[in-house]
Amino acid sequence: MSAVLQAREVHAFYGKSHILHGVSLEVNEGEIVTLLGRNGAGKTTTMRALMGLTPPRMGSVTMLGADTTRWPAYRIARLGIGYVPEGRKIFPNLTVLENLTVPPPRPGPWNLARVFKLFPRLEERQGQLGRQLSGGEQEMLAIARPLLLNPRIMLLDEPSQGLAPLVVQEVMGVVKSMREEGLSVLLVEQNVPLSLGVADRAYVLDDGKVAYSGTAAALAADHELVQKLAGATAES
Amino acid sequence: MMRDERLWMALGWIVLALAPWWLPWLGGYSALGTKVLVYGLGVMALNLLLGFAGGLSFGHAAYFGLGAYGAGMTLKYLAPSTPLALLAGTVVGGLAATAFGPLVMRRRGIYFAMITIAIGQLLYFVAVRWNEFTGGEDGLAGFSRQPLHFGGWVLDIRDENKYYYVVLVCFTVAAWIMRGVLRSPLGHTWVAIRENRRRAEFLGVRADLYIWAAFAISGTFMALAGALNALLFNFTSPQDLHWILSGDFVIMIVLGGMRNFWGPLLGALIYIVAQDYLSSVTDNWMTFIGLLFMVIVLAFPRGILGLLRRRGKAAA
Repeated sequence: MSAVLQAREVHAFYGKSHILHGVSLEVNEGEIVTLLGRNGAGKTTTMRALMGLTPPRMGSVTMLGADTTRWPAYRIARLGIGYVPEGRKIFPNLTVLENLTVPPPRPGPWNLARVFKLFPRLEERQGQLGRQLSGGEQEMLAIARPLLLNPRIMLLDEPSQGLAPLVVQEVMGVVKSMREEGLSVLLVEQNVPLSLGVADRAYVLDDGKVAYSGTAAALAADHELVQKLAGATAES
Repeated sequence: MMRDERLWMALGWIVLALAPWWLPWLGGYSALGTKVLVYGLGVMALNLLLGFAGGLSFGHAAYFGLGAYGAGMTLKYLAPSTPLALLAGTVVGGLAATAFGPLVMRRRGIYFAMITIAIGQLLYFVAVRWNEFTGGEDGLAGFSRQPLHFGGWVLDIRDENKYYYVVLVCFTVAAWIMRGVLRSPLGHTWVAIRENRRRAEFLGVRADLYIWAAFAISGTFMALAGALNALLFNFTSPQDLHWILSGDFVIMIVLGGMRNFWGPLLGALIYIVAQDYLSSVTDNWMTFIGLLFMVIVLAFPRGILGLLRRRGKAAA
């Protein structure tokens, strides 16, 4: 297996506050890797650093064979990195269809028809404005949008946040189907049992450092460790 | 909703097409209607950048003025041809907007506004100082629009009513193109950038290039408006480049409603008719425009068309 995403000793700051203290992680081709940790551990900052939105001050990021450490976000996206930010950041005053035309199309298997097949609700509501959608529909739109870039890596930041349990199941089903499509996924989650259920491997962040890394199964079996590191239990 | 809009548009065209007949009834005259259409075209063009892409240009008179000087100088120094003059003015202003675009495309908010003002004032002083070519502070005169030749058939647009229809045709074609642009992925991406530039960027959108495109397209149609204006009065002056006119454009857009494609046209109508009427009554007409502007901004931030739309929805 080869790594499609590699972060080495990444340090990131918001202004003067030092958030990430040398985070290193890898995602291999076709793998779902989950990034766990308490609130404020640096999960979202790690995603932003990978995406070029909070560029690393030190360390390096390599994705799909390119050193993307200093790249602007639009270039990273065009390399084939799909990003679903925390809190479903759709465009509220564009319709569903218009939201989906914002990413510049890249060649590949994903097109509008396939996205609508995966999310039939979006097809039904294609003429509605983004702000008229329910939370679950907005999340689906936020996931569908980067798929049109035909990404090879997806960065998902808390896709289950604030969603009804049934919708969460649907979203996780989509995440699993991404792996079947050959996509590599880095998944940030608060819901530990849920993410350990779909992931192959896991990293736990604590205070801006990697406190644990290993297979998802091994972490799920170690209840004490999960409780200590992620502030939650692996049992649902 | 869609059918409603078509109905309104059809009604609008009929009203505009018959304007030379009903305007005198209301104490107006064709040239006033022409002026409304010319300024309406200009502010609708500016609104592509301001209302849809979110770029606050306070220097768009630069492209209006360049269009005007381009057209006037073509008639005066090059060839007595109306189509050539309009084309030359549009191209000159459009190219200037394209050339200046990279200076502003990465700036936002107040910095964007300041640089656009600076560019406009630069051109204003060139027009004032370059006396022998531009006519300096006195303005450029000594040219006039020429009859249009279609094969053997001649349309003498020196007649004000006939020129009104030339402007109406230009306005219609330009509005149709601008609407098409806004309905294309380019237009949707402008709105996306206005709503959240970062968000558009992590979806692979290179925002600065899209803002550049908005600046260039908006400047080009603004230049067409300027060229039509120069031919309306057979005159242009450095005032057509000045930042005060740029500010008037922004006021017209805010009056009419900047979140709507047709809003700026309504704003131009109100502004120009009020100016025409009030300035014959009082020298302080700007005070009344200012008061109206304040009422609109404070009470109806979406402009007059925004207000009418909401009323329409509430009634439906």
